Amino acid sequence: MDRLSAKPNASKALYSASAVFFVVIILLPAIAGILLKLGLISEALSDPILVSRARSALYASFAIALSVSSLDLIAGVPMAWLIVKRKSRLINVIDTLADIPFIVPTVALGYSVLLFWSGPQGLASLFGVGSIIQPGWILVAMLHFAFSYPIVVRLMVGELQGYRETYELAARTLGASSFTAIRTVTFPILKPAFIAAFLLAFARSLSETGATIIVAGAFENGPVFIRKAIDAGLQGPLVLVSLALIAISIAIFGAISLLGPRLRLPIKRVLPRFEGRLSEGGKWRDLATLLVFAMFVVIPSLFITLPSATAILDGTINKAIASEGVWSNYWRSLVLSYTVGFLAMVINIFLGFPTAIMIARRRLGRRASTIFDALVNVPIIVPSVALGTSLSFFWNAFGTFPEFWLLILVHVSITYTYFVRSISAAIEGISEEMEETARTLGASPFTVFRRITLPLVKYSFFSGAIMVFTRSVEETGATVAVVKQLKTAPVLLVDWVKNPQLYSQSTTALGIGFLVLTSFIILLVLRLVLWRRR
Amino acid sequence: MPSVRLVDASKRFGSIFAIHRVNLEIRDGDYVCVLGPTGSGKTTLLKAIAGLTQIDEGEILLDGRRVNEVPPEMRNAVYVPQHYALFPHLSVLENVSFGPIAKGVKRDEALASSHKMLELVRLDKRADSLPQELSGGMQQRVALARGLASGAKLLLLDEPLGALDARLRIELRYQLRRLAKGLGLTVVHVTHDQAEAMTIADTIIVLRDGRVEQTGSPFHIYQRPENLFVANFIGDTNFVEGIVSERGSEGSTLELRRSIYIKVADTSYLPGERVVIALRQEKTHLLGEGMKEGTNAIQGQVQAIRFLGDFLKCEIRLENEDTISCKFLRIGTIPRGNENVVITFRPEDCVIFPYPSSGLSREVEVT
Repeated sequence: MDRLSAKPNASKALYSASAVFFVVIILLPAIAGILLKLGLISEALSDPILVSRARSALYASFAIALSVSSLDLIAGVPMAWLIVKRKSRLINVIDTLADIPFIVPTVALGYSVLLFWSGPQGLASLFGVGSIIQPGWILVAMLHFAFSYPIVVRLMVGELQGYRETYELAARTLGASSFTAIRTVTFPILKPAFIAAFLLAFARSLSETGATIIVAGAFENGPVFIRKAIDAGLQGPLVLVSLALIAISIAIFGAISLLGPRLRLPIKRVLPRFEGRLSEGGKWRDLATLLVFAMFVVIPSLFITLPSATAILDGTINKAIASEGVWSNYWRSLVLSYTVGFLAMVINIFLGFPTAIMIARRRLGRRASTIFDALVNVPIIVPSVALGTSLSFFWNAFGTFPEFWLLILVHVSITYTYFVRSISAAIEGISEEMEETARTLGASPFTVFRRITLPLVKYSFFSGAIMVFTRSVEETGATVAVVKQLKTAPVLLVDWVKNPQLYSQSTTALGIGFLVLTSFIILLVLRLVLWRRR
Repeated sequence: MPSVRLVDASKRFGSIFAIHRVNLEIRDGDYVCVLGPTGSGKTTLLKAIAGLTQIDEGEILLDGRRVNEVPPEMRNAVYVPQHYALFPHLSVLENVSFGPIAKGVKRDEALASSHKMLELVRLDKRADSLPQELSGGMQQRVALARGLASGAKLLLLDEPLGALDARLRIELRYQLRRLAKGLGLTVVHVTHDQAEAMTIADTIIVLRDGRVEQTGSPFHIYQRPENLFVANFIGDTNFVEGIVSERGSEGSTLELRRSIYIKVADTSYLPGERVVIALRQEKTHLLGEGMKEGTNAIQGQVQAIRFLGDFLKCEIRLENEDTISCKFLRIGTIPRGNENVVITFRPEDCVIFPYPSSGLSREVEVT
């Protein structure tokens, strides 16, 4: 390997191969698949009721994504601030709790949110009513807030930790109140992070399918509409809404990415008295932040533990362990989910690493690398259900593609960006001089990678790999778009929730409980294994 | 010991030449300082020799062998960047033994030789420390030991003392030279500190905008700068404009503004030619009022006095409105502000350059 890497064209060949893989396997199918079926759109357009439904669904998708992402920033930034600035044991616990919606698969989160806000045993039981919030758009928005909130918090915590407080202190010594200093100095400096957090939360909200179906009731957004179109075998509406989702998402992302940096925050005017008073209300702000966090994120996310515990007591667990009835399918789905997640993780590690280096170190020249840098975001910009639809059309155009491998391809596509982004950001953080010096000390490119680059990015490598795994395991939208026979655990559980007459609440809650528990155990094992290999 | 030769070497970034048709020769065992302002191409030159940057044109020869296509790990030329690039996840010993192990030396042997190198730089007791636990000066010595342990005989140092405080910088520059000379290394040392270059280099290469402006010993470059840029960049120099009025066999007469005449030793310019006189500040002498001696004496008034420790620096406004500075040891009578004085200088201390077409200030511009 050392000798091979020392050959003059070896690294260029590797980077070119990774670029070709990205274009042919990830990018092209995501766009071309849907374009292959453009002819079917006329079928959908001829039905005015269907067109009107599609329009409403699309509008609902973007309206919810935009408002939820804005709310995420409003509620998440103070939370990140709290975690970074106020150091105490309680804050450490809160810091850990903020990751719960990350760990709990969204389908489980959806069911948990549904039971908490809509179920008779949920919050309603405190008030003696049947339900607090009925399934519908409000519940969808609350669910999306619960799972996208940690994205904003996590990103902003990282940014705030790297932020040099001296700017803010300088502003304070120049006479600004703490609120004014934050508003006029810190926020403008952190603007790129706000934009990134907003875009990530926005993309996540647009993509979510499985959990949304659970809490949507009769309400339709883009992914719910697509799921219904798939179930009904309506290809025309499927193509129409998928294409619209892809096009509008890319347009919105492009617009925000281009215009965001030019956006000026209102910092010229200062209201010293008013802002001074606001600065004093820190305790109330912290309390409000914690209340929102508890009520809308933590408690609804963890509520699933109650019915799961009931299922242990009422004997459902015995049937599950004996693999009786519906449970044999369940275990098969669970194994499938983890197999797909694991394979997607391994493939991404091998194929995503060279791309990450290529982007971070601009190995294919400045222009080509910049283009790749932008294009690599496409899989997370495009809503996963639309991406799945496009990939399904594309690969099936070459004949019947084995469902299992189609599933792997889709999951690799969906998770590719997470791994590449996390590694490329870490590599950008390492001084290139370190790698250059190592070369002049006699190390081949592969030795430099093995002994310098890899150890220095190990944390990002582990977190990138784990992110790929968890994202794959919880994925529903793209999965339902590409498979007919195979059912991953989240897809199966959505069916269970949607058919309460066939599956009791106890069964569903236990199934979801197992998914959460096994995910947690596997994550722990993965973390330990990867840790040991560092 | 390796020699280095560059023949017409050029490197472009877009439309800008980082180095342009560079020709130079570095002999075995030479300690060479590359001096130039920021953006003059010093680091590019170093990286090109190391093989970290591929030149677009020309040739690089190490020990007479063309190495343009040879990868960095095969050149045996160690690059040490300004902040040393010590690997933060490896201990001091692991850092130092990185080179030999990467080259296939057995681990035990590599560790033993690395220990010796650490002894040489007096850091053997810190072998197990992490780089970030060391002071700046220690880190610099570890970087040096790491380079030496790799077996390289050509050291490429990119501002190796730039990250250190002033006093340590002065102390370490001599240690660096002593070590290099003791081990018979060839060193290319990039710096923008002219005092550093003057005190430790056998040869100085002055770069500007990617081109070599002058090469020579520190003494030669200081005494005989070949152009206005070098005259300005090395040492403290006064520049005065004039026109050649007479050319004799032993010198020329120049007319300064307001019909002030001075004698210079240079006879290479024709009468009527517009020239610039470069005069070192320490070669410009100050006399009290009424005292008038020497060939060139001009009246003036003290505008400012600056204290430089052992030296004083006076800014004098001459009777023809030109302003010049003189630097002298702080002994004897110290002039006062606004005092009328006379400055004198010897004809042979004046270095004459043709007046640049782009203007004087543009020509001596450093940034």
